[in-house]
Amino acid sequence: MGFDYDKYIRPGKLPHIWCPGCGHGIVMKGLIRAIDALELDKNKTAIVSGIGCASRLPGYMDFCTLHTTHGRAVAFATGIKMARPEMNVICVGGDGDGVAIGGNHFIHACRRNIDMTYLIMNNNIYGMTGGQFSPTTPYGAKASTTPYGNPDPPFDIAKLAIGAGATFVARGTAFHAAQIDKLLAEAMRHKGFSVVEILDSCPTTYGRRNRFKSVVEMMNQLKDMAVPVTAADKMPAEQLRGKVLTGILYKESKPEYVEEYRKLVERVRAEG
Amino acid sequence: MSNRVAFLQGNEACAHGAIYAGCRFFAGYPITPSTEVAEVMAKELPRVGGAFMQMEDEIAAMAAVIGASLTGTKVLTATSGPGFSLKQENIGYACITEVPCVIVNVMRGGPSTGMPTGPSQSDVMQARWGTHGDHPAICLVPASVQELFTETVRAFNLAEKYRTPVTVMPDEIVGHMRERIVFPEPGELEVIDRTGPTVGPDEYKPYDTRFGDVPPLASFGSGYRFHVTGLNKAEDGFPTTRAEIVQAEEERQLRKIENAVDDIVTFEEYLLDDAEVAVVAFGSIARSARYAVNQARKAGIRAGLFRIITYWPFPERQIRALSERVRAVITPEMNLGMTVHEVRRCVEGRAPVSGIFRVDGEPIGPGAIFAAIREVR
Ligand SMILES: Cc1ncc(C[n+]2csc(CCOP(=O)(O)OP(=O)(O)O)c2C)c(N)n1
Ligand code: SF4
Repeated sequence: MGFDYDKYIRPGKLPHIWCPGCGHGIVMKGLIRAIDALELDKNKTAIVSGIGCASRLPGYMDFCTLHTTHGRAVAFATGIKMARPEMNVICVGGDGDGVAIGGNHFIHACRRNIDMTYLIMNNNIYGMTGGQFSPTTPYGAKASTTPYGNPDPPFDIAKLAIGAGATFVARGTAFHAAQIDKLLAEAMRHKGFSVVEILDSCPTTYGRRNRFKSVVEMMNQLKDMAVPVTAADKMPAEQLRGKVLTGILYKESKPEYVEEYRKLVERVRAEG
Repeated sequence: MSNRVAFLQGNEACAHGAIYAGCRFFAGYPITPSTEVAEVMAKELPRVGGAFMQMEDEIAAMAAVIGASLTGTKVLTATSGPGFSLKQENIGYACITEVPCVIVNVMRGGPSTGMPTGPSQSDVMQARWGTHGDHPAICLVPASVQELFTETVRAFNLAEKYRTPVTVMPDEIVGHMRERIVFPEPGELEVIDRTGPTVGPDEYKPYDTRFGDVPPLASFGSGYRFHVTGLNKAEDGFPTTRAEIVQAEEERQLRKIENAVDDIVTFEEYLLDDAEVAVVAFGSIARSARYAVNQARKAGIRAGLFRIITYWPFPERQIRALSERVRAVITPEMNLGMTVHEVRRCVEGRAPVSGIFRVDGEPIGPGAIFAAIREVR
């Protein structure tokens, strides 16, 4: 028997708004499998998003769900986690949401190492608003606001997260669907702020403008681009050019914010 | 047992009022002249088992308090001018999602960085219209340290009772002055808690109008699973673009406050029974106005003071009634004319309404108000 996704989907809320060929649905299925693997209690799990196509995900999921303002998911989620530490908190959103308008909240959540998982669906574009360039759009690529090619250099989300102090950072792709739930499950098991970037595809606003002939071609690019971090060590530098590393890129154990704050509260109260 | 007496700053009293009301989560970002609220919360919240967070900016602070409130916690954020501007988008989010929260905005000169340490009363329109779209607003403007305590408690009560953001707006003078305050005993002031659902999780809808214009709000993590979005939504909390639902929901959100004005609107009338000149003022300027009214009385002029305590909803009915009795109305305020327009709207030409406007960082003293009273008489 196949996996029962319906257990976690809100009755009557499908079909979703995503275009045919959009990678977001693949990622949502991965998230559901990860939640299932960890047997998270639906009543004790909050899924929080910002604004964008990716951020529509929580509406379909049968949990405590919060669809907030553009870029602010992590800040809303921080309030939930601080007020109810026993809840599992998962944030989801797009690249524009997470590292453009939400970039400040993102780096500070990394720095605090607050226990939650942030799933960023990076399709290198602002999908919902019709394909304007984002901070992860490749240099030279076409977007509706870069008609002559993108003059901006992009961010590397994983490096940004590591630099800002996140204690678990992983990357996967929408092509490698079977790996998504493994990465997310590891991230959710981790105590602290975990970031999972899934390289995703937006055929509607990015693919067409950048001469991808089909959804399949976009998916194949994700497949060809990805090099497992475990294999990269043994590869010569020229073979790694233009590739992105996937898998668990960084992991360390550091004091977690909510636990540290609770200790502070206990100390203050003991002192009277 | 006698009540505890202290000599406190307004901002400190505000923070203590929040703790009294049951606030257990604060998120903020430092800004003059409101920072003392955060400093006292940082000290007091751990003592009562709550949590204090200094966020990366005011946008994050507003977001964090809304998130925390959804778990059933009473929440506060505090800021001034520039920070109040940054919070506006998420204040709108709290309006449409109907999440209780209290925002303190200690008014300083503006726009922009303006005069960080100078007093002002120029954010009253922002408190009403600062966030985009139609939405209700409750805004309280205390005039003393004691009142900053009690109005903060009332702000929490109104936020929880009506499922809405409530703004407390002392001007910088009220926020920073020191006065004697008598701490109310526990139980002495009314403290209202949120109404939870009376139906089980299977039947629960976050905007279920069967329970009236203020539907009960369940808490995340309590066994109720529901969706919250800033999109226009139906009673089940999910987005909708159905014209009749959007219209009805937006109207209900305004109506829930409009129908409750008798419960919400507060004011103080001083020597108005026989007055021929009425001064309408609030915050620290109402203190000058009271002094000026006393001076006028001594000089044989029948003057009185209408002190606004609840700025939004505006005390329309009371000011309309007042305008039927007096010969002239004066509105001294630390801005270039805001309250004067609201007052004129209520007076509807029944009496001349003049203003004294000052934005130079100096308060409006009794002398200027007394002179204006003499002039209009
Ligand atoms: C404050 C604010 N600014 C701009 C927007 C418009 N807007 C909506 S979605 C979006 C971009 C979404 O892109 P991304 O986060 O990458 O997600 P995607 O749609 O690609 O999944 C923008 C700019 C908004 N809703 N709010
Ligand atoms: S516009 Fe792009 S990101 Fe949005 S649903 Fe369509 S394919 Fe997906």
